[in-house]
Amino acid sequence: MEMNRRDFLKATALVGGGMLLGLFPGSAIEAAVKQGQRQSPPSPNAYIRIAPDGTVTIFSARPEIGQGVKTMMPMLIAEELDVPWKSVKVEQAEMDSGKYGFQFTGGSFGTPGSWEPLRRVGAAGRMMLIAAAAQTWGVPAAECHTEAGKVFHGSSNRSIGYGELAAKAAQLPPPDPATLKLKDPKDYKIIGKSAPGVDVPDIVTGKQVYGIDVQLPGMLYAVFHKCPVFGGKVVKANLDAIKKQPGVRHAFIVEGQLGNDTVVADDPGLEPGIAIVADTWWQAQTARKALEVTWDEGRWATQDSADFNKRAAELSKQAPARTLGKEGDASAALSKATKVVEGAYSYPFIAHAPLEPQGCTSHFKDGKLEIWTTSQIPQGGRGMVAKSLGIPENVITIHMIRAGGAFGRRLYNDYMVESAWIAKQVNAPVKLLWSREDDMTHSFYRPGGYQYLKGGLDASGKIVAWQNHLVSYGDGDKFAPWAGMSPGEFPAKFVPNIAMQSSVLPLGAKTGALRAPGSNVYAFVVQSFIDELAHAAGKDPVDFRREILSSGPQDNRGMNAARMRAVLDLVAEKSGWGKRTLPKGRALGVAFHFSHQGYFAEVAEVSVTTKKEVKVHKVWVAGDVGSQIINPGAAENMVQGSIVDGMSELMAQEITFKKGRVEQTNYHEHMMLTMSQTPQIETHFLKSNNSPTGLGEPAMPPILPAICNAIFAATGDRVRALPLAKSGYSWA
Amino acid sequence: MPVKMTVNGKPVAIEATPDTPLLWALRDILHLHGTKYGCGIGMCGACTVHLNGQAVRSCQTTIAEAAGKRITTIEGLSPDGSHPVQVAWREVDVPQCGYCQAGQIMSAASLLAKTPRPTEQQILDAMDGNLCRCGTYVRIHEAVKKAATMTPEPRKSTSQVKKG
Repeated sequence: MEMNRRDFLKATALVGGGMLLGLFPGSAIEAAVKQGQRQSPPSPNAYIRIAPDGTVTIFSARPEIGQGVKTMMPMLIAEELDVPWKSVKVEQAEMDSGKYGFQFTGGSFGTPGSWEPLRRVGAAGRMMLIAAAAQTWGVPAAECHTEAGKVFHGSSNRSIGYGELAAKAAQLPPPDPATLKLKDPKDYKIIGKSAPGVDVPDIVTGKQVYGIDVQLPGMLYAVFHKCPVFGGKVVKANLDAIKKQPGVRHAFIVEGQLGNDTVVADDPGLEPGIAIVADTWWQAQTARKALEVTWDEGRWATQDSADFNKRAAELSKQAPARTLGKEGDASAALSKATKVVEGAYSYPFIAHAPLEPQGCTSHFKDGKLEIWTTSQIPQGGRGMVAKSLGIPENVITIHMIRAGGAFGRRLYNDYMVESAWIAKQVNAPVKLLWSREDDMTHSFYRPGGYQYLKGGLDASGKIVAWQNHLVSYGDGDKFAPWAGMSPGEFPAKFVPNIAMQSSVLPLGAKTGALRAPGSNVYAFVVQSFIDELAHAAGKDPVDFRREILSSGPQDNRGMNAARMRAVLDLVAEKSGWGKRTLPKGRALGVAFHFSHQGYFAEVAEVSVTTKKEVKVHKVWVAGDVGSQIINPGAAENMVQGSIVDGMSELMAQEITFKKGRVEQTNYHEHMMLTMSQTPQIETHFLKSNNSPTGLGEPAMPPILPAICNAIFAATGDRVRALPLAKSGYSWA
Repeated sequence: MPVKMTVNGKPVAIEATPDTPLLWALRDILHLHGTKYGCGIGMCGACTVHLNGQAVRSCQTTIAEAAGKRITTIEGLSPDGSHPVQVAWREVDVPQCGYCQAGQIMSAASLLAKTPRPTEQQILDAMDGNLCRCGTYVRIHEAVKKAATMTPEPRKSTSQVKKG
């Protein structure tokens, strides 16, 4: 990301010496001024605070959900400020649009959004400190240099620490951020060196505060009981009996504000339910067991996954309702093709289920609302709360608290709105906590779907036609959130004749973005089907992919063929593809996928027993996320986690509907991988001459098809339906 | 009647019904928040604590069952984060979100107290019930092995078990 030309730097002196230096997001200021919230530029954005004793504090502005931004972002500033990493303190910033702009975590945007601006903030600070030292000594700034938090004047052998210079530097005009000179990467002391997570010492001693741990004086605890069928309303409930349960202070019905759209939006409005507020969470949860509720289950009360499967099979035989994208004439090319391969693929709904269940603490007092949240998009949550409660945004204060995982679930602020509603009715701070069962049955599910593919090969075994009929969820031209398909996805631009088509089924459930949304199903379908075509063409799966990548776009607007080819070559080399003889029932599988600007190719070595027990022995990962891996240790951890996450989705995760209800209630019915099932994972980063991009997502999608392709190579069984457990597979 | 037990070396009396899960007594009454709620059915291990030195799931242990016993939570594993497992977790930089790690650490500490030099299989058996949604298993495994190299030999470890 380039610097926004309207962004500017501002330095402020601190009482008692020291300085604050911040980068103002110009766009946010304009918006604030336009809304009449502020007459003048806001208080300085405190990215950096240099105290008189030389202590450097860097504020991390984005939500931390385990992806490591709270460590990575300050590393960028500290590098260019030229201070030792050990001397830097990192603090979580509060939510403040005027200071920090849009504080968002998702889409693997943390790295590309921070790389340029944060290094420039650090460089600006360093330049101002040099200028202050030069003034102090009466020497030209060009004769000074910095090292480890001090400015040096070489020829006179003098030095001053940043702390002593901070007060003077704060009086100087900050440089134009766009004109700063940044370090040559070969001089990096922090970027590119593994730095442990800044919160790790508190995590391993139990001191780290997560959303669930927020504690306020006089705080009460709440559960919110919603209808098991999406959209169901409370007709009546035995609230008087509930109020007599031990510890219960309040029990009341929240009417809800659900809209009546035919496609459930990603903000469908507050769902109706019953709030129970007690002295402890266990008392509230226990009282809930005594609830007797009459629901109006509404129009989705008969929704059933078996019906989805049946209807999808019917739709697959009919003409698609829509054409999403088209290149050439796929239908004509298929009829002329030497060989046509067909594959019917499907994948289930799944839940994010971060280990920390959804929850939020709110306190409504004297017309003001204070919220402690783990949201990935707190500004969005504030807007939803304001709209739902009918209060202005400027009476709402948001505190950003570390989240126990998110995976996209915390992009949806439904629990934040519920918490605010409950707090508004209760004259005390209230911590709302969902049970795991609440979370599993009221998620914004990764939408399931069906993809019916046809591929045509010419006499030389080259793909000449690709037709994909997606059967998904929505109404008319509108897909349920994340249930659609991008017409530009690979292999668009790589195959001459392409038809991307769709039909939709009605759905009464919330759907949303799960880590690598779209890609987490698309990679499975496309890379499995490519494998089918490779085998049909009688070609080696890696060679077949190399041929596909031998032409195609060579720029970074979409998937760059050369960059993908490079990681494919690297992973083939590292895994010994084609060079090793494996015993019967054991084989390698390969897949690649481009998403979130990241290029990943992966090979899995898998064995399968006659009882369909699958063992993934080893996974090789080759990735290109640009010229620099900012925090290599954290990057490797993220890749390993992505493999594990993908394997969880692959084997056993599935959400199904029966009588309108989600059937799975807890982890035992939506299993994640365990340690003994985790393969050895070897990660290689190919550093290319491109600006660094994010790692939260792109390493995950290829692992599913890589393993499925290995299962085919080992057994001859082509898996076209997820999860594998549905076809009788289990982990060895 | 308050339920009495020792938590992290201190006697406590908990005012709650005897069937209250130890997890919720620790969290909402004693305000020891290091022990985490993940599933409430003993499936994920985030709530692991030591009961007389044994790793147990505190969501499946009532305060009546814990009465008169010694409980150690992550806050009491060491006074200053110097337990070998905590040191290893820092050195290996295990956590991503970190939410499961208290439970992972308590399971690992319990394993090493009894089995200071665990085999590969013993590590997997002891740790397989602790789920990590971020998938940091490779590093958890590495950290357990590292902690084992810092754990005293069996004779000394007996006193560790007593300290719980």
